[in-house]
Amino acid sequence: MRVYLDNNATTIVDPHVFEEMEPFFVQKYGNPNSLHAFAGETHPYIKTAMEKIYAGIQADRKDSVVITSCATESNNWVLKSIYFEYILTGKKNHIIVSEVEHPSIIATAKFIESQGCKVTYLPINSEGLIEAQSVRDAITDKTALVSVMWANNETGAIFPVQEIGEICKEHDVLFHSDAVQAIGKLPVWVQTFNVDYLTFSAHKFHGPKGVGALYIKQGRELIPLLHGGSQMGGLRSGTLNVAGIVGMGKAMEQAVDALDFEMSDIREMRDEFEDALLEIPDTFVVTPRNRRTPNTILISFRGIEGESMLWDLNQAGIGASTGSACASEDLEANSVMEAIGADEDLAHTAIRFSLSRYTTQEELDYTLEVVKKAVNRLREISSSYAYAPEGHESGLTTGH
Amino acid sequence: MGIDSLIGGTIWDEYSQKVTDLMNNPKNMGEITEEQAKEMGTKLIVADFGAESCGDAVRLYWAVDPKTDVIKESKFKSFGCGTAIASSDTMAELCKGKTVQEAVKITNIDVEKAMRDTPDVPSVPPQKMHCSVMAYDVIKKAASQYMNVDMESFEEEIIVCECARVSLSTLKEVIRLNDLTTVEQITDYTKAGAFCKSCIRPGGHEEKDIYLVDLLAEYEKEKLAQVATLGNDGATIEFAKMTIVQKLKAVDKVIDDNIRQMLVMDGGDMEVLDIKENGVNIDIYIRYLGACNGCASADTGTLFAIENILKEKLDQNIRVLPI
Repeated sequence: MRVYLDNNATTIVDPHVFEEMEPFFVQKYGNPNSLHAFAGETHPYIKTAMEKIYAGIQADRKDSVVITSCATESNNWVLKSIYFEYILTGKKNHIIVSEVEHPSIIATAKFIESQGCKVTYLPINSEGLIEAQSVRDAITDKTALVSVMWANNETGAIFPVQEIGEICKEHDVLFHSDAVQAIGKLPVWVQTFNVDYLTFSAHKFHGPKGVGALYIKQGRELIPLLHGGSQMGGLRSGTLNVAGIVGMGKAMEQAVDALDFEMSDIREMRDEFEDALLEIPDTFVVTPRNRRTPNTILISFRGIEGESMLWDLNQAGIGASTGSACASEDLEANSVMEAIGADEDLAHTAIRFSLSRYTTQEELDYTLEVVKKAVNRLREISSSYAYAPEGHESGLTTGH
Repeated sequence: MGIDSLIGGTIWDEYSQKVTDLMNNPKNMGEITEEQAKEMGTKLIVADFGAESCGDAVRLYWAVDPKTDVIKESKFKSFGCGTAIASSDTMAELCKGKTVQEAVKITNIDVEKAMRDTPDVPSVPPQKMHCSVMAYDVIKKAASQYMNVDMESFEEEIIVCECARVSLSTLKEVIRLNDLTTVEQITDYTKAGAFCKSCIRPGGHEEKDIYLVDLLAEYEKEKLAQVATLGNDGATIEFAKMTIVQKLKAVDKVIDDNIRQMLVMDGGDMEVLDIKENGVNIDIYIRYLGACNGCASADTGTLFAIENILKEKLDQNIRVLPI
């Protein structure tokens, strides 16, 4: 049995989405900017897709939802343009981000910091949450931008974007939110949440990889990151990814249609699965369920290093994660676990299970059995539970 | 960079079959209790290395015959990834039947090689090499407990790159002999820095006492100092106290290293005619060649640049006089 429980990393492309994309490779392959029928025949499909994307986040027709290549591009765009427009010119000197943003925000913030911008990294509390008050405390009259994600990729923790949006409006500071983990899991209505910029990416909600978007509220300006042939109103040049846009439109429509299902049925499945996992002794979950996206569990199994747990899961055909997908290459501790800082011995033990509307009860039942076996086997190997003669002082754990 | 660096692979795909098998079924995983050690007529040694909070921890159990120092039984318990578990298992296996003194000689490279399927294909990917280092360290810890000596006493030299076990003395020698200036060159010559990359510069997976970039900076400094040590006895001599021949050599070296290229790029060149002491001042007489000859900035910008470089590298009292 193969079970995919890594939906915060990426998702299966919905077959209906794929079906709608297919004609734009071999049949309707024209460049939409050309002057002939090959171009013209793509226009109605692009228009329909854009309407669906606008509707999905309740954007106003006067707002701009610019299609990009991925969320990383959208996030880079916002921070770097703010740097060019406000920091380099000396109008402002400061931005605020949370310390658990996606690397495409953190690394970009570090880069503009190296170019002279002051950056405040907002801490998370012991439950993995951001307190809106901390934004208010950090804002100065030189703050150009606040960027706080809608929901965290590792814990699923939902951040108080509504309150942060109001605080930013009050202080006349621009507000960006990376909503990559929120679309299709939570209502992301840009009009009610007071965001100026919003990032999202199709492949996180059953659309294709290689297509993302940046919502820009009307009246807000942003210097282009990619200059060129003036596509997307000159805001983002580059030949339109027709199939990608069509795919994202369909995926957005379906994600919004499935929102209730996600927030009730998936949540229920997740909660039951989590209850069953927590029956295993010495397991811990940090963020309270009602403050998390409905599909995510970040759970620690004491004494079991995360990668070895992934190994055993993978041997049984189950795909999960140690938190961030990046962890599989750079081998560092889960940054959220480090930031919470509660118990150092747990920093390398976190496993993330992220469900989707394609997850079945049968898959979760199977996964539970595999996890139980893996926990037994790996704790048998683990030094955490190992015998030591009387008087032996262990240097391996900080003590529990 | 290059194609292999552009698309990262899955680290597990680079594990040898042996590593995979050992992770799935470690052979020496387990414990030795006081009672079991007594029954064998041996002394129990329990050594810990690493920490769960750092992501890797291992506990090694030895049952050692006190008369012969032979390790009769060797078991481990480990908190870590597949490589950590497989290399701990291999390390425990390699210890069996050896004396404690022999076991101390086992290195992480022996452990890694023992896990290979074929002699010339590494058993784990580069970024996992450091996991086998822990297996090596815990042996030293166990031996130090058994022999009641300091753990550091087993290390005969300072190791800068633990993954490839390259010592400080080797690195210094290779850098000097081959006039190396980049980390990539060091890696090509010695393999240091090829694996977990922690030893290259601060900020890597592990904190180090000495980094490769430090060694390069040190060598660069030495080379500059050498300009002033052209005397026969090799001792450092201040520029002002050099003989005229030494002065000429030192000035030529600075011009070769720092100035000539800049002139040649514009189609010019220069030569040193004479050096004379004039009170506190040291006057260097030069002649411009090629395009420099008659160039407008030969008496202004270019001249100041040459003078400043010589002042900085050699002596503040230098004056440069074009003829």
